[in-house]
Amino acid sequence: MSREIKGSVPTDSEIILGILNNSQDILEKLYKGYFPMILQLVLTNSGDEDDAKDVFQESIIVLYNKVKRGNFELNSKLKTFIYSVCRRIWLKKLSTKSRSAGRIEDFEDVVQVEDDLEQREEQDNKFKQMEQSLSNLGEPCKTIIEDFYIRNKTMQDICEKFGYTNADNAKNQKYKCLQRLKKLFFQDKI
Amino acid sequence: MKSEPDMIESIDKYLRGEMPPEEKNAFEKLRQENFDFDDQVVSHAEFLKVIHGLGERDKLVSKMNSIHDSLDVEEMKREVLPRELFIKSIWDKYRINISVAASVAIVSVLFTMLVSGYFSSTKSNYSALRRKLDIEISNLKKSQNAIIKNIKGRVSPRISSPGKFGGTGFALSENGYIVTNYHVVKGADSVYIQNTGGESFKVKVVYQDPAYDIAVLQVTDPEFKLGSLPYTLKKSESDLGEDVFTMGFPKDSIVYTKGYVSSNNGFSGDTLQYQVAIPVNPGNSGGPLLDVKGNVIGVISGKQTLSDGAAFAVKSNYLLKSLETVSKDSLDNEIVLSKKNLLSGLSRKDQIKKMKNFTFMVKVY
Repeated sequence: MSREIKGSVPTDSEIILGILNNSQDILEKLYKGYFPMILQLVLTNSGDEDDAKDVFQESIIVLYNKVKRGNFELNSKLKTFIYSVCRRIWLKKLSTKSRSAGRIEDFEDVVQVEDDLEQREEQDNKFKQMEQSLSNLGEPCKTIIEDFYIRNKTMQDICEKFGYTNADNAKNQKYKCLQRLKKLFFQDKI
Repeated sequence: MKSEPDMIESIDKYLRGEMPPEEKNAFEKLRQENFDFDDQVVSHAEFLKVIHGLGERDKLVSKMNSIHDSLDVEEMKREVLPRELFIKSIWDKYRINISVAASVAIVSVLFTMLVSGYFSSTKSNYSALRRKLDIEISNLKKSQNAIIKNIKGRVSPRISSPGKFGGTGFALSENGYIVTNYHVVKGADSVYIQNTGGESFKVKVVYQDPAYDIAVLQVTDPEFKLGSLPYTLKKSESDLGEDVFTMGFPKDSIVYTKGYVSSNNGFSGDTLQYQVAIPVNPGNSGGPLLDVKGNVIGVISGKQTLSDGAAFAVKSNYLLKSLETVSKDSLDNEIVLSKKNLLSGLSRKDQIKKMKNFTFMVKVY
């Protein structure tokens, strides 16, 4: 019943290299190449296109993390890996929605991905915590922290952006913000 | 030892790789010697990793979203799913709306059918137009009884004729053959006809055709005399819109009504009959349906109960067809149909005047 999914997908090693180089082109090809497969999986197993989008994007995040952590060993085809991750995520969503008793109609081979997903979940919790803490932090602290630690801006840039008279003031401000963020982050942890 | 902000500052610098080599060496040396310091570096680095990871993830998601927005998901769905599953996915999406709409439709159809009386058998729409006499008779008796009581038995009650059903018939030939509907004489013990003058004659049923709803009666009384028939039976079908009239006995005296042919098919598409827009009532069954020239084009046989002005008449060509099958042996005399039409060109009043001598009330016991 499954049909061959069309579309030119780069080879697995090209993709991995692309991920490491943050290549926009590779991400696009990866996305366009494998999304139909997941769309098929989710649609045929009582999901809709939005479910497919969420599941697929999550699997790409898992893949990126795994590759960037540097310990990526490709012991299956990339396609199989993505499919397996999506399948696992979708099964979990299905069981929480209790729409189906954990049965799924398969289109591809499946490999074990439980470890990757466990890591992913742990990380996801941390991210959620951080998002919460950042939003509780308020402005201008949030932007200062994001500018410095996420967008890798220099203190000089931040100084100018926020109109601090000298770099020391900015440094102090950043330090205070960071301390508050740490407090929020660790204190809220359950 | 440096102040806390300065320490974070230098850790940041170190982690970002912005430290000059000699400072870096000193920093690393300090880490090796001072475990507390090393701890701080590690935990700070961990913390930053979370922030950084979050940023990376958000960046990736927003990139993917923009890629996703450029996809034609509908087209992809069509490609990816077998046809029936594509339909199923649409079905799943709109299932509730469709089922609600369908149930509303079904309920309203059923309700309409119920209200409009569809479920009572369709045949019941058709009512044969013979008249039930005993009801009137019992009413008559009742009123008579009332009268009798009032006058304290001084007048003896008139013995009324115990007729059960009444219909109409008309002469078929000069020698005493009368045609009426089969349903008028069905199950009759005895049949009488009564002319407009009030004289009754006994008749016998010589031919019955339930399929065409035709019956032929023969007057046995030798007293019975008919002049030559002024009308003929039309051999071809009549056209829609043809003006027609009939005469019959929905009550004890003859009644004239007129109308027009409204359909070449009768009840439920019955091709044996015309549909005629003419007011007729129980008792009209078996009456002649005549066109303006005085040709008999049909025999009134019934009407639709639920719609006004839809009466039915057996077509004259089928009447003729039915008469052809009458076996000669069953008849004393041959049925000689009239070939001369004396009614055409006469005014309606004169047509009626002539016609009523050949129209009879059929009483069935």
